[in-house]
Amino acid sequence: MPRPRSTVRPPRVRIHPLGDTAVLAELGSRLDTALNTRAIALAAALKKRRDVRQAVAGHASVTVQFDPDQITHEALAAAIRRLATKRPPMEEPGRLHRIPVVYDGPDLDEVAQRLGLTRQRVVDLHGRPIYRAFLVGFVPGWAYLGPLPDELVLPRRPTPRTRVPAGSVAIAGQQTGIYPLDSPGGWNVIGRTTVKLFLPDSDPPSLFRAGDRVKFFAVDA
Amino acid sequence: MTETLRVVQPGILTTIQDAGRPSAVASGVPPGGPMDRFAHAAANLIVGNDRGAATLECTLTGPRLVATRSCVIAITGGDLGPSIPMWTAIQLAAGDEITFAGRRTGARAYIAVGGGVIGDRWLGSTSTNLMCARGGMHGRALVAGDVISTGEWHDPPVAGRTLVEQLRPAYADLSLRVIRGPHFARLTRGSQQELWTAMFTVSPSSNRMGFRLDGATLDAPGDELLSFPLVAGVVQLPSGGQPILLMADHQTAGGYPVVAVVTSASMPIAAQLAPGDELRFEETSIEDALRARAAQRAVLESLTS
Repeated sequence: MPRPRSTVRPPRVRIHPLGDTAVLAELGSRLDTALNTRAIALAAALKKRRDVRQAVAGHASVTVQFDPDQITHEALAAAIRRLATKRPPMEEPGRLHRIPVVYDGPDLDEVAQRLGLTRQRVVDLHGRPIYRAFLVGFVPGWAYLGPLPDELVLPRRPTPRTRVPAGSVAIAGQQTGIYPLDSPGGWNVIGRTTVKLFLPDSDPPSLFRAGDRVKFFAVDA
Repeated sequence: MTETLRVVQPGILTTIQDAGRPSAVASGVPPGGPMDRFAHAAANLIVGNDRGAATLECTLTGPRLVATRSCVIAITGGDLGPSIPMWTAIQLAAGDEITFAGRRTGARAYIAVGGGVIGDRWLGSTSTNLMCARGGMHGRALVAGDVISTGEWHDPPVAGRTLVEQLRPAYADLSLRVIRGPHFARLTRGSQQELWTAMFTVSPSSNRMGFRLDGATLDAPGDELLSFPLVAGVVQLPSGGQPILLMADHQTAGGYPVVAVVTSASMPIAAQLAPGDELRFEETSIEDALRARAAQRAVLESLTS
């Protein structure tokens, strides 16, 4: 059966060297589910090549490590452009995770005030969408989730905290996330969850994978 | 698996490292592995191991080890003053000791043992990840009393095998060759100039994850970037303007501008830098970088014959 024609034009790919054995292929610069879907599909297609050692999708990009003994930068760039023009296969819906959150984060009041909302309104808005895990990375188990409702968009804290406890649920820009480990961090912490994001004794060791879907719901402390 | 070496003194930071776990980056787990991949591979090849076998990575002050049985070892990388000749296969008898007098040049030495060091395997690799407390010696650095076990070894004819001095990396070189990064053009004119001319110093807050560089504050204005997966060698520029060179245990993704990337042939040189050491960046072409990489690989190939 012929597939319906996509109305989305294939993105123009910008390919930059990332040293002598890697490239960064940028499909766009917006937080966009369609771009991320394309990036994940492109990474999957590139990983099948023997001259590619590693291909990992970013939000709207793919970082490709390759074997320069098997392919040149130019030939790899041409191959990436060719693969990027292909319509990505219909994406299976990602696994859905429902995450219980106690909304009592140290920044909740300040967030509500800065956004001109009530605390309850912030909680309701945060729990409304089904977010997409755009990228798993930065630290073990961290996933960039989004996009946030427009009403919740605000910058990071001007001064990062030196320690944010594991399980902290936070927002910044158009995104939300859960700190998997105690770590420094500059996002606005609005709640906490007991769900473990980093699973060192599982393989893969992350609860979330790129393309998964995440829904938060409020629970009492 | 045989007990081969006992740790009398561990040194500041001695860890088990094999070639690393590159596929774990999709879960946010650093790829890990040796900081100086050339020295690690050379040590293994000198004793007749596969180049990716696990070795001991010793930092600044080496350990004090005693052989519990006869074995063949090789020490490569930075010169931390070992009691045996470096870059050479040395036969030890039970009771022989290895000691290190102190740092002369470089920062990291690699001890390969015939048969390869055995460690806890985590996500396909025995490399030690200190942050996750997994891999290697139970996820931690060596401590006094640890016993190093090694794998089966078929006694290849390696006695006296050596890598002559002129084929070793030029660790005293202060210049790291770099390729312009994807966001180089974001740097202001003045900061572009400074990137190529400034003398940077490795800051005290530097480790296997990365080196913070003091010496010049660079400015790369522009919109925030969406995070993307990173690789070792990336020179990223956080908002404070103090560059960070990402090393083996680097964060797997980030959204700071990448202004330069250290070439694969210069990464072993970078790995031998310690806090307080100076460096500068020298722009090179991809072609020259690949030539330098091929030359290093040819040196390693020469050890397999």
